[in-house]
Amino acid sequence: MRSKRFEKLAKRPVNRETFIKPWPEVGLIAVDSPLDPSPSVEIENGVVVEMDRVGCEEFDLIDHFIAQHALNLGVAERAMATPSGEIARMLVDINVPRATILELASGCTPAKLVEIVQQMSVLEMMMGLAKMRARRTPANQAHATNRKEHPALLSADAAEGALRGFAEVETTVGVTRYAPLNALAVLVGSQTGRGGVLTQCAVEEAVNLRLGFKGLTSYSETLSVYGTEDTFIDGDDTPWSKAFLGAAYASRGVKTRYTSGTGAAALMGHSEGKSMLYLEARCLLITRGAGSQGTQNGSISCIALPESLPGGVRAVLAENLIAMMLGLEVASGNDALASHSEMRKTAKLMLQFIPGTDFITSGYGAIPRYDNMFGGGNFDVTELDDWYVLQRDMQIDGGLTPVTEEQVLHVRERAARAIQAVFDGLGFPPISEAEVEAATTAYDSADMPDRDKVADIGAAHKLLYGPLTVVEVIRILEEAGFHDVAANVLEMQRQRVIGDYLQPAAIFGDDFQVLSVVTDPNDYQGPGTGYRVEGERWSVLQSLPQAWEPRTYLKSVGAVQESMWLEEIGPAERGNQVEIVIALGPAFGAEISHTIGGLDHRDVLSAVLQGIQGEGVPARVVRAHHTSDCAFIGYAGAQLSGSGVAVGMQSKGTTVIHQRDLAPLDNLELLSQAPNFDLDTYRQIGRNAARYASGESTIPVSTKIDNTARLRLIVQTTLLHLYETQQVERDRPPTELRVS
Amino acid sequence: MAKNTVRTATGRTLDDLNIEAVRAGELTAEDFRISGETLRHQAEAAEAAGYWQVAENLRRAAELTGVSNQEVFDIYDALRPGRCTYDNLTALADRLEKGLAAPLTAAFVREAAEVYQERGILRDSDSSAKRRMSVAKGDPHEGAS
Repeated sequence: MRSKRFEKLAKRPVNRETFIKPWPEVGLIAVDSPLDPSPSVEIENGVVVEMDRVGCEEFDLIDHFIAQHALNLGVAERAMATPSGEIARMLVDINVPRATILELASGCTPAKLVEIVQQMSVLEMMMGLAKMRARRTPANQAHATNRKEHPALLSADAAEGALRGFAEVETTVGVTRYAPLNALAVLVGSQTGRGGVLTQCAVEEAVNLRLGFKGLTSYSETLSVYGTEDTFIDGDDTPWSKAFLGAAYASRGVKTRYTSGTGAAALMGHSEGKSMLYLEARCLLITRGAGSQGTQNGSISCIALPESLPGGVRAVLAENLIAMMLGLEVASGNDALASHSEMRKTAKLMLQFIPGTDFITSGYGAIPRYDNMFGGGNFDVTELDDWYVLQRDMQIDGGLTPVTEEQVLHVRERAARAIQAVFDGLGFPPISEAEVEAATTAYDSADMPDRDKVADIGAAHKLLYGPLTVVEVIRILEEAGFHDVAANVLEMQRQRVIGDYLQPAAIFGDDFQVLSVVTDPNDYQGPGTGYRVEGERWSVLQSLPQAWEPRTYLKSVGAVQESMWLEEIGPAERGNQVEIVIALGPAFGAEISHTIGGLDHRDVLSAVLQGIQGEGVPARVVRAHHTSDCAFIGYAGAQLSGSGVAVGMQSKGTTVIHQRDLAPLDNLELLSQAPNFDLDTYRQIGRNAARYASGESTIPVSTKIDNTARLRLIVQTTLLHLYETQQVERDRPPTELRVS
Repeated sequence: MAKNTVRTATGRTLDDLNIEAVRAGELTAEDFRISGETLRHQAEAAEAAGYWQVAENLRRAAELTGVSNQEVFDIYDALRPGRCTYDNLTALADRLEKGLAAPLTAAFVREAAEVYQERGILRDSDSSAKRRMSVAKGDPHEGAS
């Protein structure tokens, strides 16, 4: 036997996901594996001799690195002796500043950090994020990639992403050999959209480093670190090689951030039976020890693995918090597809979106999912308006700025033309006018002409290994008349020389102003402090292009003074025959001419009259002036009706059939779903009113039920009702109308 | 950083790095290289903000400004697991210290040599190799950076 409800549930998007029970021995456990160590530290003569119950003679690569580089031995003993619950409470205590916790956390071992966050609910962790985030101003990062590796499309997409406010734009490749061209296209495009956007092209480390050295990229977050020794070795690195790489990037003025996340070690088969969160805490201490300014964490591409386990999403939030406690800039995941279920995906996002992080996503698809070469991405270009609305709903800055279609088309075309000029100037395979036009309006790369891939790859090779540099690109842009783009690309190079954006959590604000922990440290300490969405920024975030001006709505619904087809001919009298009185609202057929369903008031009134007259009952029309309420309009009509039965109609189309001896708010029939009515509905209303007056049995009018009508039209309903209410003359009795 | 004190790795001032100079062909990519001195100033700023590991990294970076791209690639590769013998690494450390004026990086490489030896991830039998080197299998974060 099967329940039809369970059959439906089984087909819900969320049930396309895999849910498993924990299996600690292989690391399939989010937190609290029985094999996780308890916190400990022992220091002798300035040397760590025991950490998390492991003696130094048993230290693996990671333990060695953490002991030598990550732990602040000056505070370790004090920090480890402070009860974890006390530090957890400090995290949510607005009276304890961020600096106090940073200092304590600098002396904590991986197990201690986990023990602290394990005291906390997700709500408390979110409070922790709001306080511990490095940069005061939250930001966001974009993905810009496409299946055809089309340079004009990449440039246009990067420009649009920059215009929309992404502080970093990252691209990658389908074919590695394209990397230099993709990096170039995203650099030129981003600086066309907005100067100061940081860019990277995620590829294998050696190529990645070359791109940075060439000045084609300004940041790198490809430096993966792992929580167990075997995973590290499988990744063909050690903490020392990764730390060296970090210094190498910095030596060429390139910002770097490491990458790690829950689930990686289990996925690679080397968890040592430890929980995902514990291993991630080790990764984060490696990251700190290596002197990385930040991390991309929050499970990243492994997200579905912790999500298969109980407490997985909480553990992912906890790893963000631990990273922030260690002072790291955090690009907090939400980049890889986290769920088939929109509800689950969004709920997970809120954990970072509401408190704010340095980068709320470590890659939001500023392109369609089809073109996202980072495995499809969690959010894409079609969900941008949802993001904007969430910012507006909650008065939260998710790092994105609303834009108009005109602005977007403008920067896209300009960016496509800029990269066209650069390709031309460098002697690369030309970008045609047709390609520029397609890139300007494209949805995805299917809208783009194909290119000669062999020729493009040849150009890419020349760019990476030949003498061409970004200086040449600047010169070409300048000479082709793209002065502002040239100036922005030049400024990006000048900033490499200054190096202020190598400080933790750095992005560029307006006019290349560096926002980092040095210039813009998070100072949240409760209500009224820290980053707040107010003033100009709040004004920008609420001004969505699709938000309209309600003051002008009535003009748009045709409330124009047409010919007076309803003429007032004197005070309405009480009738003394079998009749129906149709009582109209104060604005009906006058200041307002159509119902909310778009029906002309003349047609509506004719239909009701037809319905009444079809039953052989006479009708007359009056206007209520003293009320705009449907029940009271109908009630007033009923007092005047010779039969005692009346039809009351508001201008928006809501209708009641009333009877004299009923209480004002009672009725014979109330037809409230006006958006769904057609003229036949109004004919049926007239017919039923006549039948009530004649004492005949009557089946209530059936109407279509559309439960979204209120959702769609409540504003219009409010405005129409407001306008009708403004016509009310409280002391004026109903008047008789002549219909012409 | 006080912008009027910044010098590039080639000794130019920020004011030298302007669009006219680019048009005139007076600048090369080398002129946009950060200097070791600037990185050391940045290290001081990071340290003052409480970020001592970031400062250490920037000081190692300052040393690497004097190391060629190719040599940077080579050192990175040498530090990857199973690439070098203990002696290779200590020789590299010596070269960093004496030939390249990079004592911090040299110490870092020596430290790696000791730990790699202890953990058996050096090339050859001169390490106390107790563990079997496994082959690189790639990066689980690839595809969602």
